[in-house]
Amino acid sequence: MDIELRGITKRFGSVVANSDVNLTIRAGEVLGLLGENGAGKSTLMNVLSGLYRPDEGEILIDGKPVQFRGAGDAIRAGIGMVHQHFMLVPVFTVAENVVLGVEPVKAFDRLDIKAARAQVREISARHGLEVYPDAIIEEMPVGLQQRVEIIKVLFRSASAIIFDEPTAVLTPQEVVEFFGIVRSLREAGKAIVFITHKLGEVLEIADRISVLRAGRIVGEGDPGTATSVDLAEMMVGRPVRFAIEPRTTAPGGPLLEVKGLTVLNERDEVAVSGVDLTVREGEIVGIAGVQGNGQTELVEALTGLRPAATGTVIFAGEDITRASARERHRRLIAHIPEDRQREGLITEFTVAENAVLDRYYAPPFSSGIAMNWGEANREAARIVKEFDVRTGSIFTHAGNLSGGNQQKLVVGRELGHDTKFLIASQPTRGIDVGSIEYIHERIAKARDEGDGILIVSTELDEVMSLSDRILVMYRGRIVAEFPAATATVKAVGLAMAGVVS
Amino acid sequence: MSDPASSPPPQGLDDAILGRVVVRRFDFQDVVLVPVLSVVIALVLGAVTMLATGVGLETIGRSFVALFTGSLGSVSALSETLLAATPLILCGLGLAVGFRAGLFNIGAEGQLILGGMAAVAVGFLVPGLPMAVHLPLAILAGMLAGAVWAGIAGWLKAATGAHEVITTIMLNFIAFRLTDYLLRNPPIQKPGRSDPISESVLPTAELPRLLAAIDPSLRIHFGLLIALAAVALVWWLLFRSTVGFEFRASGANPHAARYAGMRSGLIIVLVMACAGALAGLAGANQVLGVLGRASPNFSAGIGFDAIAVALLGRSHPVGVLLAGILFGALQAGGRQMQVAAGVSIDLIAIIQALIIVFIAAPMLVRAIAPWAFRGRPGARAGAG
Repeated sequence: MDIELRGITKRFGSVVANSDVNLTIRAGEVLGLLGENGAGKSTLMNVLSGLYRPDEGEILIDGKPVQFRGAGDAIRAGIGMVHQHFMLVPVFTVAENVVLGVEPVKAFDRLDIKAARAQVREISARHGLEVYPDAIIEEMPVGLQQRVEIIKVLFRSASAIIFDEPTAVLTPQEVVEFFGIVRSLREAGKAIVFITHKLGEVLEIADRISVLRAGRIVGEGDPGTATSVDLAEMMVGRPVRFAIEPRTTAPGGPLLEVKGLTVLNERDEVAVSGVDLTVREGEIVGIAGVQGNGQTELVEALTGLRPAATGTVIFAGEDITRASARERHRRLIAHIPEDRQREGLITEFTVAENAVLDRYYAPPFSSGIAMNWGEANREAARIVKEFDVRTGSIFTHAGNLSGGNQQKLVVGRELGHDTKFLIASQPTRGIDVGSIEYIHERIAKARDEGDGILIVSTELDEVMSLSDRILVMYRGRIVAEFPAATATVKAVGLAMAGVVS
Repeated sequence: MSDPASSPPPQGLDDAILGRVVVRRFDFQDVVLVPVLSVVIALVLGAVTMLATGVGLETIGRSFVALFTGSLGSVSALSETLLAATPLILCGLGLAVGFRAGLFNIGAEGQLILGGMAAVAVGFLVPGLPMAVHLPLAILAGMLAGAVWAGIAGWLKAATGAHEVITTIMLNFIAFRLTDYLLRNPPIQKPGRSDPISESVLPTAELPRLLAAIDPSLRIHFGLLIALAAVALVWWLLFRSTVGFEFRASGANPHAARYAGMRSGLIIVLVMACAGALAGLAGANQVLGVLGRASPNFSAGIGFDAIAVALLGRSHPVGVLLAGILFGALQAGGRQMQVAAGVSIDLIAIIQALIIVFIAAPMLVRAIAPWAFRGRPGARAGAG
């Protein structure tokens, strides 16, 4: 099945999400759709999968124009989508999830689970997607859950499959397996769209590459000849530097010392188990790991948001194990939280209100009783200027900023004043390359000023390019440690999957 | 702009409820157009309801005239409107503080009743004080009782996670029965009476009438000035004070508030105490300014009507003021309507309920009056 998008334009109010986009997707081919967050990739794919109707332009399938009135029309036309956030019922089995909505039934409308199982087995075998039909979704690793999503799409007879950021949740080894699946689907004649912002992956798997920027197709690339540097430039619209400034100072003495730290999660299960780690002055320590291996709980325990079950946290020679979040902040421990929209910012508040969210309670921003908004506004203006936060004004709601600018606002708030330590969780997740570059520079600058820095990231590239030392977390434990000089993607990736030599 | 497709969906039921209650950015459609149209459509549907129940066109006309003259048509009507508006404004402000902080306090009625009971008790049990001491003391007693009663629900939520909607409803029932008990037993019950009624408040604890010099029958009293001061104070609290910043932050995004080092448990208790103090003040206002004593059901559902007032006022102090006056006018005009046109005052309850339905469902208003929204690009659509 060949699909052609012709002159697609989609507006939301005054915002143009897609502008005159032309795109061809061919059977037996992988199209890499590259673009930063906010470039309009998701909107475009939602047009293709029938969730949005384009304001202008048309969709042609095998040369014939089609109109999608909803997702159902697109599915019937053979277009399937594997979303970044899986659409699975966690307590159902694989087979139940696959047939959900189009269940095979026996007499009296009873679910024919045997038929469902058989169909799942048949699809698994045909495409090499090994899963056990009676496994419960929530007990499966993420990589397998993704297979279930793919089987779901195939079960609905899709001949074109759209993958939205499919590798974001996978370990490096799972990515390799995933690419194997994509290749076999291509051989089976499926048309595949692979949406991502990761340059290396698109170069590896795609047959053709289209780059989307600010809602327009700004270039096409041939994976055989294009380089990461070319593609990044197309994506961002200007040359991009990848390496961060090399250090100018040597690390000093230990600043943060964690000993035997054990932390429980909401369900009172051990999420962090006997972790020891040390971060020295002027040193960046990176924690790599697949999401959900205790990193969140570790960071919360270090920032005072979650109690430590056992163990001690020593900062600058003093025991802060029981100190509150505010107390730790007063000791100049800055924190860039994992999720800027949930934890880092109040999206309904203005830039100015967000700019003082960490220090609002003390002079000069508050007398203790009343806020001094004049001072807060001045501070916000300073952060906006110094950290290049692109915003209409300091009275714009933070929710109206792009992801990159929201993150720069958080970084500006946390690093824009005197600090001794920085705990940064996913500091660049889902933001544009330009902002990533800038935030990495600021982190390097804090390091050069003698701050100790702990970076927790599921982006292996980020951890490897920034850190002096890399720790790998797996099931709540630090399972491996690599000095930056000797770390390889393969070794760290294996450790992330729990394989330690 | 971020990709509109990737904007996060609203999280959970509380957000779904409170998202409609608290206006988080000034938007002409949201703040002005929808409320005004809601009131108009509700009035029209009120007329339709009368038609459907067999009321003649002429009577309907007369009842709307009565609704107008009874609320705004004379000095006396205005006095009655503001008299009815005062407790709604006070109580609505308390609810607005809660909504802003993400707390859905259904217990204003109970807080109001106990506030009134405490004010009555101080109002007649401590004789011999000059008015300058006695009146403030009685008012403070009312505020304190309301604050404690609401504070219980706050503490339960902070300490155990019990949802405030459940606990405040239950505390309402306890407050009702507690009031019944107090009104039938000494020292509250009026000596010599067998029915549940309290001793009368001493003159030194009564809220003085404002226009007695013009006409002694004008009932509007000092409580109106207290309500206006409360509007200013709550505005300052929410938008200028440090604790108000914490309230709003906790309401808009409790996770971010916690990450910013705010102590959510303490904030919840404080917010509930503020809300309860204002509800208690409304109760004190009723017994010290209008009724002079407490009897069963003296609250007359003000605590529930005030939820509607806070909703209509979009939890902004000025909005609550305007919504309170509107509801006061409906009450005062409704009484006149009953007298002059013989139409049941229950119609006012229907109109009030319809207003809230439309406020809660702005899409419905858009569907009924599409011409009002034409040419104004939806402010929400593009915001990612």
